Amino acid sequence: MKETPLSNCERRFLLRAIEERKVRDRDPPLPPPLHSAATGQAPSHGSAGGVRASPHLSPGRGALRPGRTRGCPARVVTLLSALQRLDGRQSYDYRNVRISFGADYGCCIVELGRTRVLGQVSCELVSPKLNRATEGILFFNLELSPMAAPAFEPGRQSELLVKLNRLLERCLRNSKCIDTESLCVVAGVKVWQIRVDLHLLNHDGNIIDAASIAAIVALCHFRRPDVSVQGQEVTLYTPEERDPVPLSIHHMPICVSFAFFQQGTYLLVDPSEREERVMDGLLVIAMNKHREICTIQSSGGIMLLKDQVLRCSKITGVKVAEITELIQRALENDRKVRKEGGKFGFAESIPNQKISAFKMERAPVDTNDVEEQAEEIITKADPPSDVFAKPLLQMPGTAQIGEGLENSWGDLEESEREEEEEGNSDDATTSEGQKMETGERNFVSKTKKDDDTIVLSDSEEEEVVILEPEERQKKTRTHTSAKQENSSSKKAFNKKRKKKRATH
Amino acid sequence: MAAAEALPAEERVGQVVLPGDVLLLPSHPEADGERLWLGPGAALPGRLVCGPGLRSCGAGLLVTKCGLLRHRQPGGAGGGSGGAYWVDSQQKRYVPVKGDHVIGIVTIKAGDIFKVDVGGSEQASLSYLAFEGATKRNRPNVQVGDLIYGQFVVANKDMEPEMICIDSSGRANGMGVIGHEGLLFKVSLGLIRKLLAPNCEIIQELGQLYPFEIVFGMNGRIWVKAKTIQQTLIVANILEACEHMTAEQRTQAFAKLSER
Repeated sequence: MKETPLSNCERRFLLRAIEERKVRDRDPPLPPPLHSAATGQAPSHGSAGGVRASPHLSPGRGALRPGRTRGCPARVVTLLSALQRLDGRQSYDYRNVRISFGADYGCCIVELGRTRVLGQVSCELVSPKLNRATEGILFFNLELSPMAAPAFEPGRQSELLVKLNRLLERCLRNSKCIDTESLCVVAGVKVWQIRVDLHLLNHDGNIIDAASIAAIVALCHFRRPDVSVQGQEVTLYTPEERDPVPLSIHHMPICVSFAFFQQGTYLLVDPSEREERVMDGLLVIAMNKHREICTIQSSGGIMLLKDQVLRCSKITGVKVAEITELIQRALENDRKVRKEGGKFGFAESIPNQKISAFKMERAPVDTNDVEEQAEEIITKADPPSDVFAKPLLQMPGTAQIGEGLENSWGDLEESEREEEEEGNSDDATTSEGQKMETGERNFVSKTKKDDDTIVLSDSEEEEVVILEPEERQKKTRTHTSAKQENSSSKKAFNKKRKKKRATH
Repeated sequence: MAAAEALPAEERVGQVVLPGDVLLLPSHPEADGERLWLGPGAALPGRLVCGPGLRSCGAGLLVTKCGLLRHRQPGGAGGGSGGAYWVDSQQKRYVPVKGDHVIGIVTIKAGDIFKVDVGGSEQASLSYLAFEGATKRNRPNVQVGDLIYGQFVVANKDMEPEMICIDSSGRANGMGVIGHEGLLFKVSLGLIRKLLAPNCEIIQELGQLYPFEIVFGMNGRIWVKAKTIQQTLIVANILEACEHMTAEQRTQAFAKLSER
């Protein structure tokens, strides 16, 4: 399925909204990029600024001061006065981040506004890569399924997906946030392979931020089974035997995205899906709480100035500190709940969102004495019994019931059924090896039984089901019982005749 | 299947049903016998219509969506039975239905038809003659990316749906290209149905705040335009938030807004 296009009016509205805010928001618009300012350009695709080699270096970039931020809006309606962006945020506001953990270790759902990512970590004992005999293997896989947005196709590596996966790997693997050496069990023989699967559940923009948070949260939450090595023998312990061990994590790199509009004149943090569609360029900075940049990527081909990149990195520092604190709180909370034996898992943590039914007015139909009315109508109506009692035989093998009934389908059914019945009784008689007469008596009783339900087999009509009110059913029943003997004898006669025909 | 817990359909009306539930219909063996003696003049028993989210299976109905079971009596006089059962569910994906009024986005201008994205599995086609006053010479001014408010005339399974922007008498009747300003946003289909219900409280309360233009498409799209961008955003956010608010919360929110 194709992606839903962005209509002209949406595009115009978004851009106008961004421009209008700018007038109120006193951020001095940056001068247009100069030719001489080439030194200030952000590194374009593929270059990573300051990839860390070892953890816990002294925090660089001492001059960073927290950027101007406001708290995330609690709820849309309460902050309507401050409406700036489509969802009521200021330009530097991040959407609400929610982290919930599953019942298993290493399973989490991260919600960034309405963008949702499910993360699941799994591990496996494999033989290591030849050139890295003492290092475990980290594997990241982000999936964009059509569940998130109809435009995503299953099983196809789109350009976006490749880009996101690559960025995620650079952010988490290349920044060496996981101690891969501790994942080695027997050097050169057995190492742990840690696999991080991320599934986008709903797409509302800024997938990379949500995915990077989900990945690091899932990794922090994960516990691998304990192993012991004696000589060449590796023993794997179940969680019952020994408590599973957490991974050793040096730091938590978190991506923060910035959307640029109008050649970098306007800047928005954490763009939503529609803002992403109208943006000119995107800058993603991955940073940890020590303010060490793990990855920078700018895409969209905009010329950024030194000031802009610096300002973005300042904002990133603040955002990452907030998010890291949130992650640690969430992890701590989950640990506490698990320890105390309380309830945990998705079912507990997902809030009950009620779909409030608006007041629905009942249909203004008076249903007080419907039954009486119906009764009245039925008593006034023509007694239908006489039609019922007289099956017309126009020729052998056909029967018509009622005068106006043109439906040959019903008649056919009736005769078919009779014939079928005949066959049955025939079988019965022959197998019993009795006389014809007994067979016929048997037959009569059978028709008698069947008679109160003269039914057309309704196998052909499945879609149209006929309902009937209670009153009428009772009526029918009484009629049928009254006419039972009458009709049954006729039927019997009818069938006898047919039978003769069949035996000939 | 789940026949063990099958309940009569009438009892479940207004309750939540889940996929796999089986609903029994109040038909008895005699129900069909009735047809034999009903002359053409007598009141015909109603046809039972099996609406969205239900499939007939054996003697009853099999639920295929989760939501509230609804039932509508047939239009006829008291004696008739049947009517329609359907499941009122909450979903985002739109499936075109003949007669629905929807908001679409023009994606392609190809010869004498426009392709319009309506959020369904396939794009709808819209003839350039299906506008008010359009002739072969006098073409409507429609650009790619424009919003179209129209109605489905053809919406069949496995076929390309077809839209028009005129009613049966050739009048626009509000349909056609929607203005170039304003904001389009998407909500769930359930919310749209609620908002379009007659005497919807939200719309009435919203209308007392300040004047604005609004268009609802059955495909879950809403277009709003107010005097300023901020007012437009307020309307859009209220409508989105209303889905999960109770009546009291909503009145509070409105009160807060009207103070200013």
